[in-house]
Amino acid sequence: MLSQNALSKIDHEISKYPSGRKQSAVMAALRIAQEERGWLSTEIMDEIATYLEIPSIAVYEVASFYNMYNTAPVGKYKISICTNLPCALTGANKVAQHLKKKLGVGFKETTTDGKFTLQEGECFGACGDAPVFLVNDKRMCSFMTIELVDKILGELE
Amino acid sequence: MTAQIIMANLDGDKTWSLDSYHKRGGYEALKKVLREKISAQQIIAEVKKSDLRGRGGAGFPTGLKWSFMPYQFPIDKYLVCNSDEGEPGTFKDRDILRYNPHILIEGMAIASYTLGVKTAYNYIHGEVWDCYQRMEEAIAEARTAGYIGKNVLGSDFSFELHNHFGHGAYIVGEETAMLESLEGKKGQPRFKPPFPASFGLYGKPTTVNNTETLSNIPYIALHGGEKFLALGKPNNGGTKIFSVSGHVCKPGNYEVSLGTPFSALLEMAGGMRAGRKLKACIPGGSSMPVLPADVMMNTNMDYDSIAKAGSALGSGAVIIMDDSVCMVRALERLSYFYFEESCGQCTPCREGTGWLYRVVHRIEHGEGRAEDLDLLLSVADNIQGHTICALGEAAALPVKSFVKHFRDEFQHHIDHKSCMVPSSL
Ligand SMILES: Cc1cc2nc3c(=O)[nH]c(=O)nc-3n(C[C@H](O)[C@H](O)[C@H](O)COP(=O)(O)O)c2cc1C
Ligand code: SF4
Ligand code: FES
Repeated sequence: MLSQNALSKIDHEISKYPSGRKQSAVMAALRIAQEERGWLSTEIMDEIATYLEIPSIAVYEVASFYNMYNTAPVGKYKISICTNLPCALTGANKVAQHLKKKLGVGFKETTTDGKFTLQEGECFGACGDAPVFLVNDKRMCSFMTIELVDKILGELE
Repeated sequence: MTAQIIMANLDGDKTWSLDSYHKRGGYEALKKVLREKISAQQIIAEVKKSDLRGRGGAGFPTGLKWSFMPYQFPIDKYLVCNSDEGEPGTFKDRDILRYNPHILIEGMAIASYTLGVKTAYNYIHGEVWDCYQRMEEAIAEARTAGYIGKNVLGSDFSFELHNHFGHGAYIVGEETAMLESLEGKKGQPRFKPPFPASFGLYGKPTTVNNTETLSNIPYIALHGGEKFLALGKPNNGGTKIFSVSGHVCKPGNYEVSLGTPFSALLEMAGGMRAGRKLKACIPGGSSMPVLPADVMMNTNMDYDSIAKAGSALGSGAVIIMDDSVCMVRALERLSYFYFEESCGQCTPCREGTGWLYRVVHRIEHGEGRAEDLDLLLSVADNIQGHTICALGEAAALPVKSFVKHFRDEFQHHIDHKSCMVPSSL
């Protein structure tokens, strides 16, 4: 069950749309649920469906269409690194290589201690800061170098 | 000319606050429009005069787009701002949202007033959470100050503005996919026609404009279309924010007059890295054709000049590649992107983008066949013009232009199973 806090956040999102258009809040509801739970289980998606008064399938479809929803468990820290061309031009692949080596995982894999999941991402709209990666969808890490990666990983408890 | 509209005076403290925006002359345009009760027809006429063209990629004249809206009829209508910036190389809207959010709010207020819109949405790219938070705060500030809500500044104009946060799907940048997404569905583009101006969000007339496009509206409303036009050149009014990325010393956003020589922009971005030469540039975001250095160096940065040079201004993303780049590898990465982001609705796009990626991939990895270049071009031909949305086009154009301008590199890969340049990617 989602917490009261999460439900009131979802209510706020519902209020942005015309009455009878609760479905429009499904993206926000999934994000809020993911913030609370880390990933989107079938139970949670069903709960969202009931809350928004839409079929479960409509929620599953949205969750699987957009890349940032975790439809399976992820590590405590999900690192998504952009490897698209502008980032690649300024060394994204070297940074990605380093991350893989340091964490001992490939893309779409989680470390055995469950701490890190590594992913490849597409352009974040931040190419002026390239190379960039995102920690848990929200924290943008800019101008990444090998040294900075080590520092950031060290800080993530 | 180095005029600036959106990024002007943004070097101060907390430039995103309402206070700071007021000090820069913010909301004067909205006040003027409401005070003088300027008519929708008049505003649309000024926007037409300004030769403002859509900054989201297609370059469609904004005044003309607005005139398609049934603005005089009292029915539900919507305005959607496209802040779903995901075209590789583009990062200008991010800076508008985080450093100058109120200019967008003011632009959306004036646009809503003009188009008879009561509810507007700003759809923000899922990867820029800080921008979403900042916009939420800015909207709250504007609402408290009476710029959003019932009877804006005591007038009889009422409007609401909300942010909608995306979650990672490039295709949602396409305007009809965005409408689907706002309705809480998968972001798959709709067939056009009907166009959003007649059947848009929730089936109601809707205008979709890019963040930068809307952020130019306050200037036009305050100073008139002619003055805006004069900052650029005929058919290419105003200034443009160019996002310069890749192999320059100072990547970043540079707002300059349309018509500024590429060489001047390159210099503003710090020029090439030491000891390196410009090899190629994609002047309008990854979906546009690549151009070789000599062509770029003789081109001005405006819609018409770049089109004449054989590419398009697109979103204003200028991707700079120097002589260390293997063009096969560069195209391989772009082709992977379109393959990955195709929504899968149309067979030519779904299958074709996969083919393009696999063939470029095998050429890059020394497994290319003699017939592969012809194959690439024919797959690209089969996608172009046969799809619901322009992503198909966007996947085909880079392939054709890379092969056209750098054919020898592709041929070398196929013939020698090796690379002509020490690739740095
Ligand atoms: C695949 C695809 C992706 C797009 N991505 C964006 C985008 O990120 N931002 C944007 O403003 N327009 C994008 N567009 C263009 C929009 O469909 C639309 O033309 C634009 O938002 C209209 O605003 P404008 O007239 O102010 O440019 C994209 C189009 C396609 C086909
Ligand atoms: S062209 Fe591609 S992305 Fe666009 S609707 Fe068709 S399959 Fe989807
Ligand atoms: S290419 Fe990496 S953020 Fe745009």
